[in-house]
Order: sequence, then C-alpha cells, then structure tokens
Amino acid sequence: MQFKSSVRVLAVAMSLAVLAGCSSTGGTQDAAMDGTGGAGNGVGTGTAGAARVSGSGLGEGAGQMAGSRLPEVRTIYFAYDSDAIRPEFQPVLDAHARFLRSNPDASVMLQGHTDERGTREYNLALGERRAGAVERFLSVQGVSPSQVEVVSYGEERPAARGHSEEAYAQNRRVVFAY
Amino acid sequence: MRALMSTWVVVLLSLIAPLAQADLTIDITRGNERATPIAVVPFAEDGQTLPVDLARVVADDLERSGYFAPLERRAMFARPASGDEVAFGDWQALDTRYLVVGRVSREGEGIRIRYELLDVSGESRMLGERITAGQDQLRAAAHRISDQVFEAITGIRGAFSTRIAYVTSQGVGESTAYQLYVADADGRNSQQVLGSDQPIMSPAWSPDGNKLAYVSFETGRPAIYVQEVASGRRARVTSFEGLNSAPAWSPDGRRLAMALSRDGQPEIYVMDLASRNLERITDAPSIETEPAWSPDGDSLIYTSDRSGGPQIYRHDLRSGEVQRLTFTGDYNARGRFAPDGESLFLIHRGGNGYRVARQDLDNGRLVELGDAGQAESPSVAPNGTMVIFATQQGGTGVLGAVSADGRASFRLPAAQGDVREPAWSPFLN
Repeated sequence: MQFKSSVRVLAVAMSLAVLAGCSSTGGTQDAAMDGTGGAGNGVGTGTAGAARVSGSGLGEGAGQMAGSRLPEVRTIYFAYDSDAIRPEFQPVLDAHARFLRSNPDASVMLQGHTDERGTREYNLALGERRAGAVERFLSVQGVSPSQVEVVSYGEERPAARGHSEEAYAQNRRVVFAY
Repeated sequence: MRALMSTWVVVLLSLIAPLAQADLTIDITRGNERATPIAVVPFAEDGQTLPVDLARVVADDLERSGYFAPLERRAMFARPASGDEVAFGDWQALDTRYLVVGRVSREGEGIRIRYELLDVSGESRMLGERITAGQDQLRAAAHRISDQVFEAITGIRGAFSTRIAYVTSQGVGESTAYQLYVADADGRNSQQVLGSDQPIMSPAWSPDGNKLAYVSFETGRPAIYVQEVASGRRARVTSFEGLNSAPAWSPDGRRLAMALSRDGQPEIYVMDLASRNLERITDAPSIETEPAWSPDGDSLIYTSDRSGGPQIYRHDLRSGEVQRLTFTGDYNARGRFAPDGESLFLIHRGGNGYRVARQDLDNGRLVELGDAGQAESPSVAPNGTMVIFATQQGGTGVLGAVSADGRASFRLPAAQGDVREPAWSPFLN
C-alpha cells in the first residue's frame, strides 16, 4: 500500500512539473514548424517538461520500478506535420521500452493522432506514421514486435476540442494504451 | 459470431430510432448575381392545406443551385394556378424570365399536383406535368418538379432528388459519439444508418445509390464495411492489420479502391467485391491514400506525399502509367472528378488555410472556390453543378456547398454537434 501511494506522490510531482514546465521553458520546435507564436508553446513545452522530469525520476529515484511498473507518462506529442520523436520524449519511450522488455506478457497499442488540419484520410495515414515511428523506436530498444500494435485515429479522436494552436498541439500525439 | 450478432443489433436499433433525426438547415451565404429571375407561385390548394409548401421547396431548390433567383412572394401581385390564368405582361414588368404555377387536389388517398413552367418573355409554355404523390411523398414530388424545371431551362439534369450521407459527432475524448446519416440533398428527412462510440469515416455511395461503403472503428480498429441503405444489412469487407480506409466504388460498382497499410506504408489497392481478390496498385515508401475513379473507370487518382507534401497523382489502370496532376502550392489532396471527367475538385492549402479548388485537367489551371478555412472532404453532385464539403462555422463542423463556378454557396448547419464528410449520392431516379 505504501508503495502504491509513493507512486501516486511521484505522479503528482510530475503533474506539478508539467505545470511548472509551461511557464519556465521555451521549446520552440512546434512554433518554428507551425510558423506561429505564443499560444502553441504552452502545451508543447509543458509536456516536454513532464517528460524530462519523468525521465530523471524513473531513472534515478525509482530504479528497479522503472522496468516493473507501468510508466506514468503515456502520451507523447509531435510537431506539426512531423513524425520525428522529439528529444525530450526519448526518456518516456525508454521507460516504456524497459517496461515491455521486463514484462514480455504485456502488450501495448500505440494510438496515433493528428490535429484537424488537412484532409481526414491523409491525416489517418499521418497518424499511423507517427505511431509507426514510436513502434520502430521501441523495436530498436529490443521490444518484441508481438508486444506492439499500431492503430491510427487520424483527426477523429481529438484530446482537446477547439481550433487554437494550443488545442492542435495537444492533439498531435501518440498514446500508449496498455 | 457473437461479435457479428451484436453489430447487427446496433444497426437495427439505429434503423428503428425514428426520433434520432439530425436534419440540416440551409443558409445561403452567397447568391449568384447572374442568376436567372424566376417566380414560383404558391400552388393553389383546392379546399385543403398541405403539410408541405411545394412551391417553397421548389423555389429553395432552384435558389440553392445558384442558377436561379426566385422572386419573393410579397412581390407577386397575382397568384395564377395555371398557364391560362397568367397575364405575361405583369411578370415581364417584374423582369421575371420564367414562371412556375401549379394546383394541388385530393385524389383518393393521395395528392394530385399539376404544374406548368412558362417562358415569360416568349409567352409560351415550356413544360406541363401531372404528379400523384402520397402525403409522405410531397417533398420528393417537389424535388421532382425542381429537377424538371431545372433541366428544361438549363439543359442540365437536375440533382434535387438525390441524397447526401454524412458523419456527425458529439462530445470529446473517450465519450465521443459518432453517427452516419443519410438525408435528402436539401438536408431534410435525415435517417441514421449507423451509430457508434468509435469513429466512423469516409462514407461512399455505390453507383446504384443502394449501398454505402464506410470505415468504422467499432472493433477498436479500422475496417471497411458495405451496408445496404434501405435494409441496414451489411458486410465487413476488409479488416487487415493497419489502415483500412478511404473506400471508393468503381463506376461499374463491382470494385472498391481503398488505402491499406497491410504491407507497411499506406498503398492503394483495388478489391473485386465478388471474389474479394485484392490488387495492389501503388508501391512507394510514402503515403498513398484517398483514391477516386475516373468516370470512365480507366484510371484512379490518389493523394501521395512522395514529393514531400501531399499532391494528386493519376494512375492509368491499363498502361500502369503514373502522372502527377497538381503543382500549384504544397498541399493538394482528396481529389474527386467532375462527372464529365474534365476537371477535379480537391482540397488546396493556400495562404488562408484549406479550401475547395477546381483544377481543369486539360490546362492544369487551379481555381479556388468557396471560403478559405478548414475545408475538407469535397463531394461532387452527380450533375457536376455543385460541390458539397465539410467546413467550420463558429468552431463547429458544418457542411458547405459551392457551385462549380464558385459564384454561389450555402451552408448546411446541424442543430447540434459536428457534421462532416458529406458524400453526394448518384442520381437515384
């Protein structure tokens, strides 16, 4: 029980870090790709902050737990019209790779999503390309292909409603669904 | 087998839910200044009041086409019900070019409608017809009158008796609900054909207008289904690993083109529906999707990002020759042929976002149509005069339509939720 609650504390700490990340750092990758300013940075950077914290938290503080417990951060975000895995999310992918390697019976569905801009069927293909990039990353890390499945939802299941850059940044994502 | 049973129940339930209507209303956003003046006089009703204002339905149809500007009723100082009651000079003074008059009377259980189309300047009758309709067929009868009037004047077959399919959704995230509807071309008389808590995409009419192909995620993964509109009976035709998307019927109705990623990247395939045999059409390390058949069935167009961004390519099915068609701008996608095969309607990204555009195939010239924004999913009326598409209005998904020459446009908002992915049916009569 005590162990569980410490995980919860870690999760809360990470959530706080997400909020802190929003105001402190200035990841500009999305903004540069989008050709837009301010609004989009908040979300993009916020999640980046979370990824960094979770990386160090799992790597140093949690040790063995990283491989045996399901990683808390299960969504990573992408730049506009890009399937490149941003460096700040590599620790998240590392954590999932460790978990899947240590738990050969576990399997994950990688759900690829896009923002609403552009045509629906093309976006469905772009969402698959994003999830496929994550799948390849896990494969290189030694995760068995039989543990990983890819499904794209394109723009059909937005996480955030609205038509702002902020909403778009939250919707360009791959979700690890266990 | 149990899974199959439960999907049947879903379909049947949605068929017997008559209250689940999502009629669309029509807002004309831009009228055509060169539209022909016409007057559709309220039909005389002998001793009864019909539940449908036939002349109003006809006038609205004609106005929506962009070809006609119906005279407002308050400007009509006479209400003739037949040609021999018409004083042509009065209508000439109003600059009305054509006049539609009619009379309805009871005939047994049904309604008899007599109407005439008159050429005001030529002072002659162009068309006269008698229609008998049931009480529940009055709107259909009005659309038939619109079709006849439209063709008599323009020489182009009317497409007012057609239908549209579209997808609606409410909510966000895990609790989103999705529905597939069909409605009359004016947005009325809507019927839900499928409901799901998982996405529904890409409805496509069979060339005979009896079936819809679509993509449903109801199993948690995308699969292509073919469903009879009238009975609700359906079959799952593909559920390969990866993408199963963008079904498009061949003009003969025997084959479906589609995008599958079963071999890695999304590629274009053609399935023979009788044998379920698959033929792979494209082979490239890029995205290939959004196939559409040329009207003669000899070639497919599709979207590919092999050049970096999405552009439209044409694949000749006899020679295998591939030709890039679009070169204006860095985003051209989801092309659809005009019925004469001489131009494409597509989504083009310009300075102000995504909009419908027409590209003439002989000279490659691209013309932007309609408002810029988030336009997607263009679908062409079977007579080629209008393109319906999905767009946004006040942050909500609505359907829009624009005439093929860009001069007239209208919107079809829904009472609630987002509407998208319109598919215009073929001629149904």
